[in-house]
Amino acid sequence: MSAPAVQNSVAPRRATGRIDAALIGLILGAIILWFAPVGMGRYGTYVLSLWLVMSIGVMGLNLTLGYAGQTSLAQAAFMGLGAYTTAILTTKYGVSWYAAFALSGLLTFAVGLLLGFPALRVRTHYLAFVTLAFSTLIWLVLRNEQWLTGGVFGISNINRPYFFGIKLFGALEFHRFVVVVTLILSLKLWWLIRSPWGRAFTALRENPVRAASLGIDTRAYTLLAFAIGSAYGGFAGALYAPLVEFIDPSPFSLSQSLFLLLMVVAGGAGYLFGPFVGALLGVVLPEWLRFAGSLYLMIFAAIVLALLVICPQGVSGLIERGWNALRRKTGGAR
Amino acid sequence: MSPVLEVHDLHKAFGGIKAVNGVSFSVNEGEILGIIGPNGCGKSTLFNCILGQLEPTQGAVKLDGRDVTNMRPSALNRLGVSRTFQLLQVFPELSVRENLILAGQEHQGSMLGRLFGARDAGLSDKAEQMIGFFKLGHLADAKAGGLSYGQQKLLDAAMAFMAGPRLVLLDEPAGGVNLTMLGDLKERLRAINAEQGATFVVIEHNMDFVMSLCTRVIVLAEGKVLAEGTPAEVRANPAVIEAYLGH
Repeated sequence: MSAPAVQNSVAPRRATGRIDAALIGLILGAIILWFAPVGMGRYGTYVLSLWLVMSIGVMGLNLTLGYAGQTSLAQAAFMGLGAYTTAILTTKYGVSWYAAFALSGLLTFAVGLLLGFPALRVRTHYLAFVTLAFSTLIWLVLRNEQWLTGGVFGISNINRPYFFGIKLFGALEFHRFVVVVTLILSLKLWWLIRSPWGRAFTALRENPVRAASLGIDTRAYTLLAFAIGSAYGGFAGALYAPLVEFIDPSPFSLSQSLFLLLMVVAGGAGYLFGPFVGALLGVVLPEWLRFAGSLYLMIFAAIVLALLVICPQGVSGLIERGWNALRRKTGGAR
Repeated sequence: MSPVLEVHDLHKAFGGIKAVNGVSFSVNEGEILGIIGPNGCGKSTLFNCILGQLEPTQGAVKLDGRDVTNMRPSALNRLGVSRTFQLLQVFPELSVRENLILAGQEHQGSMLGRLFGARDAGLSDKAEQMIGFFKLGHLADAKAGGLSYGQQKLLDAAMAFMAGPRLVLLDEPAGGVNLTMLGDLKERLRAINAEQGATFVVIEHNMDFVMSLCTRVIVLAEGKVLAEGTPAEVRANPAVIEAYLGH
């Protein structure tokens, strides 16, 4: 059946062909972050790099939860899988970091695909419990399989990679490398979310019954949302290992998965820049609160609580609300 | 004329309650079939069983002679079967245009092809036509969640036609729609039926809407077919008058 031939007299503006503010924001952000550590010192540069690495992990969870609406409490486990895969391959088998990075992504994509299968049968908190069990399982493997993972002693002497012959061993060089990788992964996600797949992920979150009635294969998209989100966790882990140069199981425990979930929610689930804001709150805010000594965790918790009470859509939602209000006030809203 | 849809002895029980109890009917190509009946008589359950959203306890559903009983809704849609729901089922966070593109995109090439293809899956022009056809032009970029109930109903109906379906099942399309919009909706359904030969099955409580739109009407009561015929025959049927029309 062809489309009805009746034309509308009003020609509406098309969504395609606009200059995308998000794209400009990502590129500008990368340029700023390239130069940001100048004069900051080693530790400050490390914190900035850690923020970006965590942002990649949160981006993945944002895709799974924020865009596709699938609850997961296993993102830190996927970061762990990526970090250990990279660490084992580079330190024990002499594999280049780039190959290890790709393999970490592939492995976590495959494992995420498998973890997605329970999501075809259970949803919401039931699904959360399935992923919680998986998270605990991975953590136990990392801690107990000493022959492979080093157990509680972890894996040390993880080298940072070369980039076209340039050593990335220094904090600033590696930070800039992290900026580039983060930009590439952010652009890929931006492109994915704008594609028909991104639209299908949103449909899956908003109304899976209606989505299925429109021919959307909800099973395939659910599995893909898990797999791609998990692969981002793996990529984050593959960058985390050379950043800290030593890994043990503790940063990949269930509590860290909950912390990543908090970053998605606090930053704004389903917003492209939400993961950066959420990771900023989770990684950088505690550093800024160091002046409060042992009270910093309480202050941090109070800030997060207040934020979620004021704006359940997170900081990105708050900014969007403010922006829309400003547009209405200035008559810019259409 | 060959039947597009055949329903054979369909049953659906929820525990001891038989919501659908041995319903059989067929729908011919290009026909507009109405299904009426009092609240709770099993109309929507019947739709959900036909469309794979509920598993029938017994019976069979055939599309063009092919058994499609229990086929997944997404697979049925790709065979050219579309539907609307009794309650509003648009995607509130997407714009009107995005809702329409979404409604047609899964029919455009392969899954991988869609990933690497155009952002609008090549459906912008078709979406514009549908927006114009359903008089939603001034709302094309508005979020669907911000539309009035009647406008969302029109969008819901427009979405059902984006993929060019052969068979469309409409569940109470007139519910909550004002008289002006109702007239628009009826006019558009007739036009699509006449111009593209699409087949319709319409569940509706609005008797004027059903009797003026449909060529044949089935009356359900307590999960069974009570009567079947042209609108005039159904109006005159004493059993229908007693069980449903009440006058």
